[in-house]
Amino acid sequence: MPVPSTFNSSAEAFFAGLKSAVTSVFVLVLTGTYIGIGALTHDFGLPSWWLALSTMLVWAAPAQVILISALGAGAALFEIALAVTLSAIRLFPMVVALLPLLRKKGTRLRDLLLPTHFTSVSMWVESLRILPALSHEWRTPFCNGLSVGYMGTAVTFGFVGYYLAAGLPPLLAGTLLFLTPLSFLISTARNAHMLVDRVALVLGLVLGPVLTTMHVDLDLMWTGVVGGTLAYVAHRLRGAAT
Amino acid sequence: MNAVLNELWPYLVLLLVGFLPNEFWRVLGLVLVRGLNEDSEIVIWSRAVATAILAGVIAKLILHSTGALAAIPLPVRVAAAFCGFLGYLLVRRSVFAGVAVGEGVLLAGGLIFAH
Repeated sequence: MPVPSTFNSSAEAFFAGLKSAVTSVFVLVLTGTYIGIGALTHDFGLPSWWLALSTMLVWAAPAQVILISALGAGAALFEIALAVTLSAIRLFPMVVALLPLLRKKGTRLRDLLLPTHFTSVSMWVESLRILPALSHEWRTPFCNGLSVGYMGTAVTFGFVGYYLAAGLPPLLAGTLLFLTPLSFLISTARNAHMLVDRVALVLGLVLGPVLTTMHVDLDLMWTGVVGGTLAYVAHRLRGAAT
Repeated sequence: MNAVLNELWPYLVLLLVGFLPNEFWRVLGLVLVRGLNEDSEIVIWSRAVATAILAGVIAKLILHSTGALAAIPLPVRVAAAFCGFLGYLLVRRSVFAGVAVGEGVLLAGGLIFAH
C-alpha cells in the first residue's frame, strides 16, 4: 500500500509506520509463525511470559525456535548459544544495509539503538522497500512504528498459540509452519530489484540445501559468504562491462 | 532460595544463550556501519550475503522440514512453493496471492498425500 512521503510530526510518521505494519502481508506471516512458536513453547513447559519476553529481546523467529526446542531437549547451554549466534549472523549485514538509510550527518548513536534492536527480516524487507521514498527526518520514527506493529503482533499471537496449543490438527499446523518459507521466498523476490539481489537469492536457494546435505559445518555462514560474494562479483563484472 | 532460582532460571538462560548471542550481530553492525552510506560497495555486498543466507534458510525450511510440516511429502512442499511463486508472478505481483496459492496447493496436496 502506498505510504505518504511527508508527515507533520514524528508521532504521525510513527503511526504511519504502525499502520503500514498491520496492513502488510507480514502480519499474516508473524501471526502464523508465532502461533506455531507459542504452541512449541507450551509443549516444552516454558511460561507464556517467558515467550513474550523472548520475542521482545531476541526478536528473531529462527533463533527463538532453536532456543525453545534446544532448551526443551535439554541441550548444553554452550551448544544452544552457538546455534543461536549462527542463526543470527544474517542480522549483521541487515543492520549494515539498513542503518545508512536512517543515518545522516549529525544523527546521534542513541537514535539508532532502537532500529538496530528491531532489525529482523520482516522489518528489514519493508524498510528497504518504503524508507528510500521518505525524507530523512521521518525515516527513524516510521521505522520504529513499523517495528512496534510487527513486534506487538508477534507477542500477541505467541500468547494465542500458547493457549491454543492443545487443539491444532497436524495438517493445519503444517500449513502454518509453511507460511514462513513461502512468504519470505515471495517477498524477498519482490524486493530484489537489482541483479545482485536476484543472483544472491537464487544462489542461496541452491547452496543452502546442497551444503546441508554435504554436512558442511557452519553451512548457513558459507551459503551467505559464498552466494553473496558470487552475486556481488557478478554485479561488479556487469558494471565493468557496461 | 532454590524455589526463587528455579523460577528465575529460564529467564537467566534466555538472557545468556538467547538474547546475548543473537544481539551481538546487531550491535556489531551498528558499530561497524559508521562511515558507510547506503550505496557503498560493502553495503551492497552485505545485502547480497544477507539475502543468500535468508534464501538458504527458506530452502532448508521447505526441503528439510521438521515437526508437523515433515508429515506433508517433499514433492507436495516443493510444488506448493513453485505454485505460490507462479501465483505471485501471474496475479499482479501480489504477495498475498502467492501465499494464498501456495498454501492452497499445500493443503490440497496434504489432504490427498499426507502420510
